[in-house]
Amino acid sequence: MSDSTTVANNALAEEHHEHPSYQRHHFETVDQQFDATNFAMWLFLLTEIMFFGGLFVAYMIMRNWYYPAFVEGSHQLSIFWGTANTAVLIISSFTMAMSVWSAEVRRKGLLLLFLCLTFLFGLVFLGIKGIEWHEKWEKFHVPGLRYSEQAFLNPASDPEVYKEYHDQPLSPDMAQKTQEYFFLYFAMTGMHALHMLIGVSILVFMIIRAKHGAYTSGHVTFVENFGLYWHFVDIIWIYLFALLYLISRH
Amino acid sequence: MSEQHQQHEQEHHIVSPFTYVIILLALLTGTALTVLASYFDLGEWHIAHGVTIFWNPVAALAIASTKMILVVLFFMHVKYSRRLTKLTVASGFFMFLVLISMTLTDYMSRAWGRW
Amino acid sequence: MSAATILSLPDQSTARIPKMNFITKENGLLSWLLTSDHKRIATLYLISITFFFFIGGALAGLIRLELLTPQSDLMAADTYNKVFSMHGLIMVFFFLVPSVPATIGNFLVPMMVGAKDLALPKINLLSWYLYVIAGIMMIYTMAVGGVDTGWTFTTPLSTHYLNTHVVSAALSVFVAGFSSILTGLNFIVTIHKMRCPGMTWFRLPLFLWSNYAAAILMVLGTPVLAITLTLVALERVFHIGVFDPAFGGDPLLFQHLFWFYSHPAVYIMILPGFGVISEVVSTFSRKRVFGYTAVAFSSVAIAVFAFFVWAHHMFIMGISNYAALVFSLLTMMVAVPSAIKIFNWSFTLYKGSVTFETPMLYSIGFMGLFTIGGMTGVFLGSTGTDIHLTETYFVVAHFHFVMVGGMLMAFLSGIHFWWPKWTGRMYPEKISQLAALITFIGFNLTFFPQFILGTLGMPRRYAAYPPEFQVLNVFSTAGATVLGVGYLLPILYLTWSLKYGAIAGDNPWQATGLEWQTQSPPLTENFAEIPIMDHEAYDYEWLEKQNRARQQQEEVV
Repeated sequence: MSDSTTVANNALAEEHHEHPSYQRHHFETVDQQFDATNFAMWLFLLTEIMFFGGLFVAYMIMRNWYYPAFVEGSHQLSIFWGTANTAVLIISSFTMAMSVWSAEVRRKGLLLLFLCLTFLFGLVFLGIKGIEWHEKWEKFHVPGLRYSEQAFLNPASDPEVYKEYHDQPLSPDMAQKTQEYFFLYFAMTGMHALHMLIGVSILVFMIIRAKHGAYTSGHVTFVENFGLYWHFVDIIWIYLFALLYLISRH
Repeated sequence: MSEQHQQHEQEHHIVSPFTYVIILLALLTGTALTVLASYFDLGEWHIAHGVTIFWNPVAALAIASTKMILVVLFFMHVKYSRRLTKLTVASGFFMFLVLISMTLTDYMSRAWGRW
Repeated sequence: MSAATILSLPDQSTARIPKMNFITKENGLLSWLLTSDHKRIATLYLISITFFFFIGGALAGLIRLELLTPQSDLMAADTYNKVFSMHGLIMVFFFLVPSVPATIGNFLVPMMVGAKDLALPKINLLSWYLYVIAGIMMIYTMAVGGVDTGWTFTTPLSTHYLNTHVVSAALSVFVAGFSSILTGLNFIVTIHKMRCPGMTWFRLPLFLWSNYAAAILMVLGTPVLAITLTLVALERVFHIGVFDPAFGGDPLLFQHLFWFYSHPAVYIMILPGFGVISEVVSTFSRKRVFGYTAVAFSSVAIAVFAFFVWAHHMFIMGISNYAALVFSLLTMMVAVPSAIKIFNWSFTLYKGSVTFETPMLYSIGFMGLFTIGGMTGVFLGSTGTDIHLTETYFVVAHFHFVMVGGMLMAFLSGIHFWWPKWTGRMYPEKISQLAALITFIGFNLTFFPQFILGTLGMPRRYAAYPPEFQVLNVFSTAGATVLGVGYLLPILYLTWSLKYGAIAGDNPWQATGLEWQTQSPPLTENFAEIPIMDHEAYDYEWLEKQNRARQQQEEVV
């Protein structure tokens, strides 16, 4: 407990008997309202776990079936951009946590600063993702739209990747299965990016509201719950990074 | 109501920025470690016929899970939350494991007796 | 049978519907479309699911009409495929899943816990809008030519071979799924966080326990369906994916993910029905539900088992024999909590002062039909008989016994039971008893022959069949006509009762739930002041004491 400050709902104490303006009519107390919305947010995240869970199961099964294709497919990803993006997202998670803290201690300037930083890092993440996707498009690695198995039938034709991994050529049958890898890559990162996009849009809304002092008068529920969402999206990426970029390098 | 009224007086924790900084550093270290680990071949362990553990994915997923736990406990305040929240998080992971493990019962044993 | 009744109505010459209630509070279409009152949203839901029920019912009528003769003469085979697919999709996702939770549940959950509203009223309204959007998408799908995959979207049929509107149908189900997630989420939060003083977990009416269990299934299961259907849509659009063997995918993976939701979905449909039966059986036997705790926990047990049995839909699809063995065993275990419920309701009846008003008639019908439906499920859960019976009319009869004989009966029972609370007026008793009887007879006539057809080997999902099956099919079609009458009657007399029904008063059934302690129809905020729960659920002695005290007070005045 030494690492956390314990504060009884002190600020609220004086205005407890008269309902604060942000208390909705059907709740008895502010605490009840905070509890209920917080719990609802967690339940929503539960559904998100199961939503991504389906993708993870598909990835696990397919990777076991077409191991060589998944290994060589994953060698096409840039470890540099992946690591950079992981760092960006972790830092944005940190700034989001700091936003919650700023709202809790009612410091509007800091809250605005950290929200803007989170927004910025979110955009940087999406930008880097865009660069990576663009690279896939250039290299004909977008299944269903623009695909070539050349790099897997003849790895030497892709010298940049070849000099790092020295991949063996895949059989035509297995090379075709690299499409499965890239399909799942795009489905998973795409679904994740969609969540980021939604998060970034909500951040814009929050920054505008924070400017009017909406979250620094004791009502931190929205910031707190959005924080949960943002951290969840971060967690998904932590796993995507491990599964898509890292585990097939050897 | 029992829940509400007992917990009514419960304190609202504000986690200090210092904790957040520590966690941030831990997460960045974890990221560096997991990238580093992927550059080495950590080998494998043959347990029985057809059952092999490759250490690279195990290491990557273990580090990812550690990072996840740090985020959940501190950034998402679960360490300071009430039992219901903890239970909710736990049930999420439990159901995900059910989805994976019950699906795997089929995939693992589908070819048994057909070799 | 009809002489004895517990019905106690106020003096009709002086009784009035309270001037101030949730229906009269505001006027105009917008006050309904933008409402956040759970009772109004429940009403909106009731109207919309009735609309979809009749679309689905009309399609069912077409199916039975086609099957009157062995040849496919009314419609071509591919039209028939579309008709039964649309029937399944509409009935499952637009009627059965939202039926009790989104209407009766929405209406009752806040009142039963003694709260002013659900925890998240705006999310509740959003859930209805999502339902409407999904419904429009489904009607669009039907208008432009429909879909013929069956309601199961079986791959690679749906992703590769068919040229119908799979994507819009899948997206529609996706959106409907989110509507159901939001309802479930709202229920869980409300039951956890909004209970009034004194309302402990073991004082909750059993209706709440079973809706709580169903809500857990909605929250945990539906997202998996959502991602699965997204992958199906992607696979169809981009011609690459994880389900089609032509690209190296695995159709069984689709089945695993699909049934991970869709088997629990069966319990999402039936569990809220169990809740209705508990309330009705207790009220009309004037006894506390026998083994309250066991019934409460059996709901939770069903919710837990629900996630461990899905592969019994896949026994003949080439899954591992060993896995089939495990799933078969687990499937049998679901029979235990279901039987606990049936036995405990029967014991509740034992030595109770049973009366047979309409809700009770439907409930008794439910207990019989659900037992048959459930028991035949055990046949299908054992791998040996399943190989013979699956994909025949035996399966069709089995799930219609559970869904129509079970859930629809429970839904009608609940609608009749809470109709006086909802509208302030009674439905006409005699004709509704007749409707219940017609429904029961029509149902059995329709679906019992299908068990026999199934064991004789008539496969499902074909427009034509060998002539020797015709006699039983004629029975079935005739029964469907009777059943149709049974469903049209309530629409007519319930609408009639809105204006001409007898005024019901606060507690016409002398039931004990908190919802009966307020006026009918209730105020927008449900209770004049937040109630305090000072007795166990189904405590009829408490109710009598209340009534006596009130009488004495009136005498003094």
